[in-house]
Amino acid sequence: MVLGALVPLLLFVFPLWKITLEAPQYPTPLGMHIYINDFADANPHDIKNINLMNHYVGMKYIPDAIPEFEIFPYGIVITTVIGLIIGFMGNHKWYLYWFIMMVLVSTAGLIDFYIWEHDYGHNLDPNAILKFTNEDGTPMGFQPPFFGTKHILNFTAHSYPRLGAYFLALGIALGLIAYQVGKKEKGKETLENRT
Amino acid sequence: MKRTTYLSLTLLALASVFTSCTNQGKKSNGALTSNAAERVYVPPGQYDEFYGFLSGGFSGQLGVYGIPSGRLLKVVPVFSQDPEKAYGYNEETKPMLNTTHGFIPWDDTHHPDVSQTNGVLDGRWIFMNANNTPRVARIDLTSFETAEIMEIPNSAGNHNSAFVTENTEYVVAGTRFSVPIPQRDMPIKDYKGNFKASLSFLSVDQDNGHMDLSFQIRLPGFNYDLAHPGRDKSHGWIFITTYNTEEAYTLQEVNSSQNDKDFIAAVNWKKAEEYIKAGKFTTEATEYAHNIYNEETHTATSTIKKEVRVLEASELPGLVYFLPTPKSPHGCDVDPTGEYIVGNGKLSADLTVHSFTKMLDAIENKKFDGEAYGIPILNFEDVLGGTVKQPGLGPLHTEFDDKGNAYTTFFISSEVVKWKVGTWEIIDRKPTYYSPGHLSIPGGNSQKPWGKYLLAMNKITKDRYLPTGPELTQSAQLYDITGDKMVLLSDFPTIGEPHYASMVPAELIQPKSRKIYNLEENEHAHATTKDSDVRIERNGKEVHVYMTMIRSHLNPDNIEGIKVGDKVYFHLTNLEQDFDVPHGFAVMGAENAELLVMPGQTETLVWYPKKVGVWPFYCSDFCSALHQEMSGYIRVSPEDSNIELSWGLGD
Repeated sequence: MVLGALVPLLLFVFPLWKITLEAPQYPTPLGMHIYINDFADANPHDIKNINLMNHYVGMKYIPDAIPEFEIFPYGIVITTVIGLIIGFMGNHKWYLYWFIMMVLVSTAGLIDFYIWEHDYGHNLDPNAILKFTNEDGTPMGFQPPFFGTKHILNFTAHSYPRLGAYFLALGIALGLIAYQVGKKEKGKETLENRT
Repeated sequence: MKRTTYLSLTLLALASVFTSCTNQGKKSNGALTSNAAERVYVPPGQYDEFYGFLSGGFSGQLGVYGIPSGRLLKVVPVFSQDPEKAYGYNEETKPMLNTTHGFIPWDDTHHPDVSQTNGVLDGRWIFMNANNTPRVARIDLTSFETAEIMEIPNSAGNHNSAFVTENTEYVVAGTRFSVPIPQRDMPIKDYKGNFKASLSFLSVDQDNGHMDLSFQIRLPGFNYDLAHPGRDKSHGWIFITTYNTEEAYTLQEVNSSQNDKDFIAAVNWKKAEEYIKAGKFTTEATEYAHNIYNEETHTATSTIKKEVRVLEASELPGLVYFLPTPKSPHGCDVDPTGEYIVGNGKLSADLTVHSFTKMLDAIENKKFDGEAYGIPILNFEDVLGGTVKQPGLGPLHTEFDDKGNAYTTFFISSEVVKWKVGTWEIIDRKPTYYSPGHLSIPGGNSQKPWGKYLLAMNKITKDRYLPTGPELTQSAQLYDITGDKMVLLSDFPTIGEPHYASMVPAELIQPKSRKIYNLEENEHAHATTKDSDVRIERNGKEVHVYMTMIRSHLNPDNIEGIKVGDKVYFHLTNLEQDFDVPHGFAVMGAENAELLVMPGQTETLVWYPKKVGVWPFYCSDFCSALHQEMSGYIRVSPEDSNIELSWGLGD
């Protein structure tokens, strides 16, 4: 359980998510790593170049910081501290509550990510240089995929979780395993006590 | 009788087998070799195996070609102004062409030589000579730009230059024309004994490549034609061909060709270093320009230096020896082992090869045959390593492969001849079209040749290409030299006149090629690294426009308050940080050139508004889908108008 609580701290080292944009003119694809507290270039100047390209269709510049970058690190630290306290308390029922809390927190994070992506791809400058419409006449959006691969005009966009996300998932999974192991042992103890 | 018939029939059959073989052989060795096209074809999107750096001759520039395809990749401006890139036109690079004779917009360049480490090409820099107004340039092989130019004092006709020692300790530059040193007003007929020559040693800083004129060796007034630093066992020496040991000063074609033998001068530069250390030099007053381009400030500076250390060859024993070499030798080439020194006697029927071991022995045992101006002449027979008999007419240059073969160009008989080092036998000969000067094999002048291709560079093309009026291109011809016989693969036109060329395996250079200049490292005095710093400043009649460029606008794009008679400096900073997104800048009526600004770079164009009106400026390099929109207007008012300076973008 303690391990499960600590592993998500690796989010401060490894990126959570990565969005990659491929096009023939970019033999080295453009890419952006999303950390728990930062956006970072996959290769030097990538975000600047993504911004430059996206301004043609009226997309906002990727900001240097978003409010979430302030909140998320606290979230992770707090959940870790809670996880550690629970771990040392050693009550397996609380392991389950921690697991459920983590799933809820992560889901909230993903929903937030989706909302940001949607806004980034759809909230376009009305004076954009290039305007594209869908077949039904509605303005075309340029939202990167939430998870997976998608073709947007001349680009192929990939969006996948990175090492940080896997560690978060591992931590959460360890919480669940710890609960089940704890439950079994408790069961055994009860059995032993009965006999 | 019967027997004889059988015998003759057998012979006949054999003969026919042989002839048919020979015929087939000829077919497959000719220019029409069926797979020659395949061997030079580099499919779209794929890379050539070698970089080929061909001197631009009288263009003054350096041509960068892909080998084997022969595709021209870039022309690096070196000694001539280039309006395409504003080299020598913008304020930043004008100092590069500064000399003690003033601003020199052109030169004649001959010999590019790639830096070496342990006798192997290392792909850091290329050094190249200016023949007319003596200079040596260093071209950086990460940016493919001229990084430094050093003027050579006490020299004239800097042909014997720029040759790199095997750890790039020095770049050596000799003078072809002897002159009065120091220069003075004197009768030309008093040449003999009064005109002198200099051999300059430019030391190279191994960290940043910066050159320094370390010392000069003063030599008798002959013509010093070409040189080759010793390799491996002869490292520490440099060998230099001479002609005009007659010291003629008029009708040289006859008067300089009288002596049966001229010399190869063997110069012991390790000994020279000892003499310098021991203080055996004199410090002479002179003047020469030293120009350096700084990649952080994107600006060149020119400094005039005032003195040089000189070693007098005639007074310092063991510094220089003369090796008699038949008939006005031109190229001087040392084989990869450093043992053999080939003197390409351009008027001789034979190729003379000296032995370094025998030379050392002759020096030790004083096998001298007189002296010239106090410099010992070694006995010809005692230094001769071998002779290639009757190889062709007019031998000029020799290079080597990695299998112990040498290849020599013959100007008069228009051919390349392959011969064996050591046995001196001729293995193969192939025609060139026509009259080759230098030839080049990758690493063929170093300890480590890559013996795959040979490039012969022809002075004359006559009927080889579609005619283009009286002025025709010169050419390079590529041969495959992997087999016993050379195979002509292709020929391609070149810029200017290709003299020497250096070919380098692509993997030594390609990974280091710079993509952009980092905007954060831009220390140009007039850089505008963010849009909030865009401005215009007036100082009397001088106006400085601090303008940025990024897809797809120039900022500002509306300028008013400029007056006739002003001197306008456009300082353009390219804010892009993406590979291959340069922006150009052209303004109507500019008397100099356009700017071509690389990502992260700042360049300055001076413009003199002469006519009242509203004049456009625009980006001249198709940068983006909205490139056509990347333009602006500058309003020029009469000299006495009182319109205030103003500027804007999208207001």
